[in-house]
Amino acid sequence: MAPADRSLSPRSRRWFLRLGTLWSAALVACQSKSAAPPSAEPRALGSAVSPYGSRSRFEKTARYFNQNTKVPLEEASSRTPLHDTYGIITPSSLHFERHHSGVPELDPAVHTLTVHGLVDRPLVFTVDELRHLPATSRIHFLECSGNSGGEWRGGSTDSDVQRIHGLTSCSEWTGVPVSMLMRECGVQPRGTWVLAEGADAGKHARSIPMKKIMDDAMVVYAQNGEPLRPEQGYPLRLFLPGWEGNANVKWLRRLKVLDQPAMTREETSKYTDLMPDGTARQFTFDMEPKSLITRPSGGDMLPGAGVYELTGIAWSGRGSIARVEITVDGGATWSAAELQTPVLPRAHTRFRWSWTWDGKDALIASRCTDSTGYTQPPLPDLIKVRGVNSQYHNNGIQAWKVSADGKIANGNRA
Amino acid sequence: MATARRHPGPFVVEVAAIVAIAAFAAGPAVTSAQSLHVGRTPTPAELKAIDIEVTPDGRGLPPGSGTAAAGKDVYTRRCETCHGATGKDGPQDVLVGGQGSLATARPLKTVGSYWPYATTLWDYVNRAMPFDHPSTMTPNEVYATTAYLLFMNGIVGEQDVLDQTTLPQVKMPNRNGFVPDPRPDMPLKKKP
Repeated sequence: MAPADRSLSPRSRRWFLRLGTLWSAALVACQSKSAAPPSAEPRALGSAVSPYGSRSRFEKTARYFNQNTKVPLEEASSRTPLHDTYGIITPSSLHFERHHSGVPELDPAVHTLTVHGLVDRPLVFTVDELRHLPATSRIHFLECSGNSGGEWRGGSTDSDVQRIHGLTSCSEWTGVPVSMLMRECGVQPRGTWVLAEGADAGKHARSIPMKKIMDDAMVVYAQNGEPLRPEQGYPLRLFLPGWEGNANVKWLRRLKVLDQPAMTREETSKYTDLMPDGTARQFTFDMEPKSLITRPSGGDMLPGAGVYELTGIAWSGRGSIARVEITVDGGATWSAAELQTPVLPRAHTRFRWSWTWDGKDALIASRCTDSTGYTQPPLPDLIKVRGVNSQYHNNGIQAWKVSADGKIANGNRA
Repeated sequence: MATARRHPGPFVVEVAAIVAIAAFAAGPAVTSAQSLHVGRTPTPAELKAIDIEVTPDGRGLPPGSGTAAAGKDVYTRRCETCHGATGKDGPQDVLVGGQGSLATARPLKTVGSYWPYATTLWDYVNRAMPFDHPSTMTPNEVYATTAYLLFMNGIVGEQDVLDQTTLPQVKMPNRNGFVPDPRPDMPLKKKP
């Protein structure tokens, strides 16, 4: 993939300015009726049909990743441009990435999934065999536990929604329930955990409680109507609705039923949440309710006082979004936003709210409540309980500071 | 589903009970019906090739052994480029030091200060290291590297032999530093 062009970043997001430019162009067009028609619609034939589509060359939005890092890019993450995506589905090409040892190239004619351990009948499944089983498709978000992690210690004021929160995406996933495979193999009574392991260079591995495996876990082979992208685990990945990204093991090569967690590096020294007393929370799987105003947001410039639609996404790893509220006065008052259907469990939910900006300084934010009754907390409330060293699972409210000159910045420290 | 079932326990018990009843009803060693007619039995060689995890009780550790004295050479050749001569100076993850720092403003999470099991260290070095050439070290090299990292952290002696028996017995300083997930840790309001 071509690296994101950082020089384009803030500019390309100034959709208000772009809108303004378009509007001016339209006015000019109306005023000069006698002139030649605009040349935007050529009379020459367009290009022919093609086997696999690509976007317009005028569209440049891209995943963001830091290229000036000592971390090898095979072990890095890239972030979804939340500001420039619409509705609730993330295009597969813009789905965030987090790899631990690069993207392997796996031939689906050779790759297999083995289920073994505490089962009566260990079995090897081919990718073809799995594709022929009764399938299920579900729309679910996937979020990295480290998403928004920079805000624990106070993020940069000039940061934007993609850089702060771009490690969440939402897709339609198709595959087979893992419970179906487990029944075929016959889980023994002592089987309470399942080790999921990838075929990537570093054999990424996580232990998953059997309850989740039998409840709603899937072995997924397709995303948004086509086979998984290589960077999303082609040809097979584990999918655990609502649970932290790294447990959704990509390039899945085996599921081993155990009577205890394997205590892999990822579930001991890596993805554990350090508390102020020096203990660490372990097996912190659910991604808690969270919402973001994605547009307008950090890096945008409002051209002047007037009516603006505030839109964004909300999601919960424990259920459906019941309510999203908006504040434009720094949390003093909150108003209900409109939820766009469909509102699906463990999926991004799109919300909208119409704001009349008076042209003065404002602090805007959203907060959501899910079907369990949990309301997204202010970040300082989370910090009060968890301190600032836990790295993961920040679902605190994101504020954006709108200045009188129209500039919008990260308002979490405002 | 509108509400997540958050607490493991009842469901697991239920599944176990169903499985147990099925086993009783159908006779020994058959706990569910084979009905999909897909999949084949893996060969012992196939299983051996992928069955690599090592659990805290030591299951999965292969024969072999190593000492820190032997591990210094392996570390210098295979690990030092990324983790530095002392394990403290990077440029990648710091592996040594940090004991006593976890409850401070600047915690340093290392093998010595944070990792709860020595078996995890063996497993991770074996499966994922060196970063650019994983799974290329022999069991003896992995034992020796593990021993050297533990020695640099003051956890084992330079001549202590780590093997299938002794490695699971190593007591890591942060063995009891982990707690189950207590979330939600924010007050729940009445259901909407």
